[in-house]
Amino acid sequence: MATVPPISVMSFHLNRASLSHSTVNLSLPFMLDGDGDGGEAPSRCPRPIAALPNEFNPSYLKIYYNKLFPHADLYRWMSYGNDGKHPACDSSYLGRRKFSYTLDNDIFVRYNTFNSAAELENSIKDKCPLKIDIGPIYNLNIRYESLNASAGDNVLTPVERELIFDIDMSDYDDVRYCCSGADVCLNCWPLMIVAVKVIDTSLRDDFGFRHILWVYSGRRGVHCWVCDRKARRLTNEQRAAVADYFRVYKENENNYKKVSLMGQVLHPFLARSYTEVLKEYFETKLLTSQNLLSSKERYEKILEMIPDQSIASELRGKWQESRRSSSAKEDINIVQWEQLKQLLQKHKAQGVRRCVEEIVFTYTYPRLDMEVSKHMNHLLKAPFCVHPKIGRVCVPINPNNCEEFDPTTVPTLIQLLEELNREGLRSDVEGEWNKTSLANAIKLFRSSFLQPLLKICKEELESSYNAKLQQSKNLLSW
Amino acid sequence: MQVVRSHQSHRSFSSSSGSVSASPTLPLYRSAPELEVRLEDFESFAIDRLRVLKGISDGLSRGKKPDEMEKLVNELWKTNMRHQDSSQVPNKDIISHFVLRLVYCRTEELRKWFLSMESALFRHRFRNQTAEAQRAIMEEFDLPCKAVSNAEFESLKEKLGQVARSIGHNLSLSTTDAIYYKVPFEEVPELVTGRKVFINQGYAYVAMNQVVSLVATIFRSLLSKALILTNRKWATSIREQEQHRLTPIVEALCSSYLGPDFSQPKEYGEISLKDIDQVAKSSFPLCMRHLFEKLREDHHLKHAGRMQLGLFLKGVGLNVDDSLAFWREEFSKKVGLEKFEKEYAYNIRHNYGKEGKKTDYTPYSCQKIILSTPGVGDHHGCPYRHFGEENLRAALSRMGVNSRAMEDVMGKVRNRDYQLACTLTFEALHAAPCDAGINHPNQYFSDSQRLLKAKKDSST
Repeated sequence: MATVPPISVMSFHLNRASLSHSTVNLSLPFMLDGDGDGGEAPSRCPRPIAALPNEFNPSYLKIYYNKLFPHADLYRWMSYGNDGKHPACDSSYLGRRKFSYTLDNDIFVRYNTFNSAAELENSIKDKCPLKIDIGPIYNLNIRYESLNASAGDNVLTPVERELIFDIDMSDYDDVRYCCSGADVCLNCWPLMIVAVKVIDTSLRDDFGFRHILWVYSGRRGVHCWVCDRKARRLTNEQRAAVADYFRVYKENENNYKKVSLMGQVLHPFLARSYTEVLKEYFETKLLTSQNLLSSKERYEKILEMIPDQSIASELRGKWQESRRSSSAKEDINIVQWEQLKQLLQKHKAQGVRRCVEEIVFTYTYPRLDMEVSKHMNHLLKAPFCVHPKIGRVCVPINPNNCEEFDPTTVPTLIQLLEELNREGLRSDVEGEWNKTSLANAIKLFRSSFLQPLLKICKEELESSYNAKLQQSKNLLSW
Repeated sequence: MQVVRSHQSHRSFSSSSGSVSASPTLPLYRSAPELEVRLEDFESFAIDRLRVLKGISDGLSRGKKPDEMEKLVNELWKTNMRHQDSSQVPNKDIISHFVLRLVYCRTEELRKWFLSMESALFRHRFRNQTAEAQRAIMEEFDLPCKAVSNAEFESLKEKLGQVARSIGHNLSLSTTDAIYYKVPFEEVPELVTGRKVFINQGYAYVAMNQVVSLVATIFRSLLSKALILTNRKWATSIREQEQHRLTPIVEALCSSYLGPDFSQPKEYGEISLKDIDQVAKSSFPLCMRHLFEKLREDHHLKHAGRMQLGLFLKGVGLNVDDSLAFWREEFSKKVGLEKFEKEYAYNIRHNYGKEGKKTDYTPYSCQKIILSTPGVGDHHGCPYRHFGEENLRAALSRMGVNSRAMEDVMGKVRNRDYQLACTLTFEALHAAPCDAGINHPNQYFSDSQRLLKAKKDSST
C-alpha cells in the first residue's frame, strides 16, 4: 500500500506561491527508498516506503498547519473569554501575549503578536514554525508601543502567565537503566505517570486549582499548564514557592544531589504521595522493570543510601550469597527489597527507618525543572506542536487515566498525513483532523480543558463587570 | 513631624494634637505623626533608640540564642526608652524611629543595618503582645488571615499536627497552640516554600508562631520601601533645607560613639610613670600596647600614633607633666632634648588643652581607631583590622593568648568583628567575661584595672 502523499497533496505544495522554506525538498518523498537519484516528476509511480522510519520533513508541516493544527482552539484558549462581544471583554488581551517561533535554519523569532484569530492562523500557516513557544501576557502590546529604553513608563513587564511545570525524563538518568538521555520506553515511562499523578493531585486538592492541562512534550517528558485566573496572576516569588513546595531532590552542602526527608513525620503532602502513588509504583513496577537490585553495581547504589554500615554489609552479604544460589522462582528484586525493608523498618534510629522512604522517593518522586516554573517570562512549547526530531505530536494527557497513556503510540506527523490520504475527500463538518488519530486528542483538549475553562472565564468577566456596574450605580444614586 | 527650637514654648505632645497610631503598645510607623518635637529631644531620643539597636546588633553578632536575645531586648528597651513623663513613652518610641530613618536612609549599607535591627526589635516586641493586639496589627497589615473555627480545627487537627512535627515543632495542641490562621497560600510564599504549612483547597493553615514571621516580613518590606523614599526626600530637599539645624545632627548620629568619653579620668585611672611599663603589659589593649612598644623600641612615633597613644594615656590618668616627661624621655633619645622641646612639647600640651584654642581633646573610641588609615611607618590603628594574619597571631601570642582563644579571635577578625575580637582577647587574658564588649581603649584599660584590683583585693 502506497504510503507516499498522493499527487493531489503534492500539487498543493507546488501551487502555493508563498513557500518560504529554502530547504523544502519536494522530491524527498521519492528519495526515501534510498537510491538518492534526485527528484523525479511527481506523476511517477511512487515506491513503497514501508521501511521508512518516522522521519520528519519540514514540508509536511505545511500540510499539518493547513489541515490539522487546531488554530481556532488555540485562539479561544489564549483569549480566555476576551474574544466575545460582551462589553467586559478586553480586546487588547490577545495582542499582549508573546509567541515565539523556531524556524528552519535555527532562526528564532522571539516576538510575535496577533490581534485576531485570522492573524494567528495565517501567521502559523505562512511561517510553518518548527516550534511555537507561548510566552506571558505583557502590560503592553509591543507592536503598538515604542519601546524606548529610557522612557520609564514604557517598561515591558509580564502581567499574566499560566503556572507551568516541565518534567523531563533525562533528569532521571541516575535512576533508570533502560534508557538514557532523550530516549524513553515503556519501562521508564511510569516515572512520568507518577509525576502527573503526584503533581496533579496536589495542584487540585492542596492548591485548589481546577483548570489544568497536561501535555506530552513530544519526546521524553510532560508539560503542565495551570490556567486558573489566580495561577496566571501569581508573582515570580509565589511561583517559586509552589515549585519549591514540590521539590524534594536537592543539593546538599557538598553540591551532591539527594533526597533527605527530615522531621519526625512526613509532611501530609509527601505522606499522601508516598502511600497513594510512590510506594505502589516503586514496588510493583519500577523495582522489577528497572532491575534495581539485580546486579552488584545497581544494588550498591541503594546500599550507599543506608546510613547504618552494619545493615548495609549484612544485606550485601545476603545478596552476594543469593547470586550463587540463583533460585529464580521469585523476582530477585522483590525478594531483596523485602529483606531490606525488614532490616531497616525495625531499626531504633528514625534516620535509618526513614531510609526506606528516601530510597523510594529517590527512584520515583517527580523531578521538576525549577527555572521553568519560577519566571513569568519563561517560554514553553505550545500543545499540538510536532516534535522535530521524531515527528510526534504534543498531545494532551488526561490526568484521570494517565496510566493508560502510551508515548510509543502517540500519532506522528507522517502517520497523520497517511490517514488524511486514506480518508481522501470525505468531508467532515468538524474539520480534517476528525478523520485522523488527532481527533481524540483534540476532543480531549476541548472537553476536559478548554470548555470548562472558557465557561469560568465568561462567568468571571460577567461578574466583575456587574460588580463594577453596581459600584458606579451606587456612586451615582446619592 | 515638626521640630521646634527648645526656647520656643514647648507644646506638649498630647495625642489630641497628633495622629499617633491607634495601636497603643506597638506602633507600626506607617506614617510620620503630626507632632512637634524639641530640638534636643530630636537628638536625645534618637541616641537612646540607637543604644537599643546597637545593643541588639552586638547581641546578634555574639551569637546569642533567641531566649537570651529576648531578655536582652527587653532590658535594652526598658533602660533606654523610658521617659520622665510616662505618657510620652509612645511618642519617644515613634519620634526616635523616624529620626533614625533620616540618619540611616542615606546609603545601602546603613539602610541594611537599620532594617535588620528594627525588624529584629519589632519581631521581639510583637511576640510579647497580647493575642488581641497581635490580631489588630495583622489587620493593619492587611494580612487576610482568618482565624480557623473550632469545627474546622477539629477536622484538620491530625494533619496540622503532622505538619508541626515534620518541621520540628512539638506542639501539644493545647488550647493556646490550637490557634491557627487560614490565609490564601499565595500570601505566605515563605511558608509554602519549605512545606512549613498545611495547604488545602488553596488555603495555608498558619500556626501562631509562624504568624510572627509573616508580620515581621511585612514590617520589614514596608520599612524598606519607606527608607528608599526617605532617602530620596532627604537628598532632594530636607538635607538642603535643614543644613543649619537638623542635618548636622543627623550626619553626626550614625557615627557617634555612645559610651563615656574618658576625658575626665576616674580614680582607677591614675597611673604613675614608674608603673607604666608594668601597666602597659597587664592592662593596655593591643592597639596601645603596640604603639607603646614601638615607642620604646624606636624612640619615635609619627603624628597619628602620638595622638592615639597620647590621648589614651591622658584618659588613663597621666597628667600633663608626667606625659611631657614620658615623651621627652623617649624622643630625646632619638631627636635630642632641644628638638623635642621645640617641635613636640607644644603638641603634647595642646592635647591637654593648655595651648591654642584650649580644646580638651578626648581619647579616640574604637570606632574612630578602626576607621583610621595607617600607612607605611605608622603604628596606629586597630591591629585586629590593620595587621596581617601572621603579625596579629604573633602579637596576640606575645600578649599571652592561648591557642584555642586565638582561633576564636581570628574567627571574629575574619568576620570583620574587630571589637569582638578585642573583647575575646580581653576575656582570654583576664579569664573573665566582658559582657558589655569593648568599645573604647580606655574602657579596656579601666575594666582590666578593676578586675586586677579585685583579684588582688580578694587574695590579700
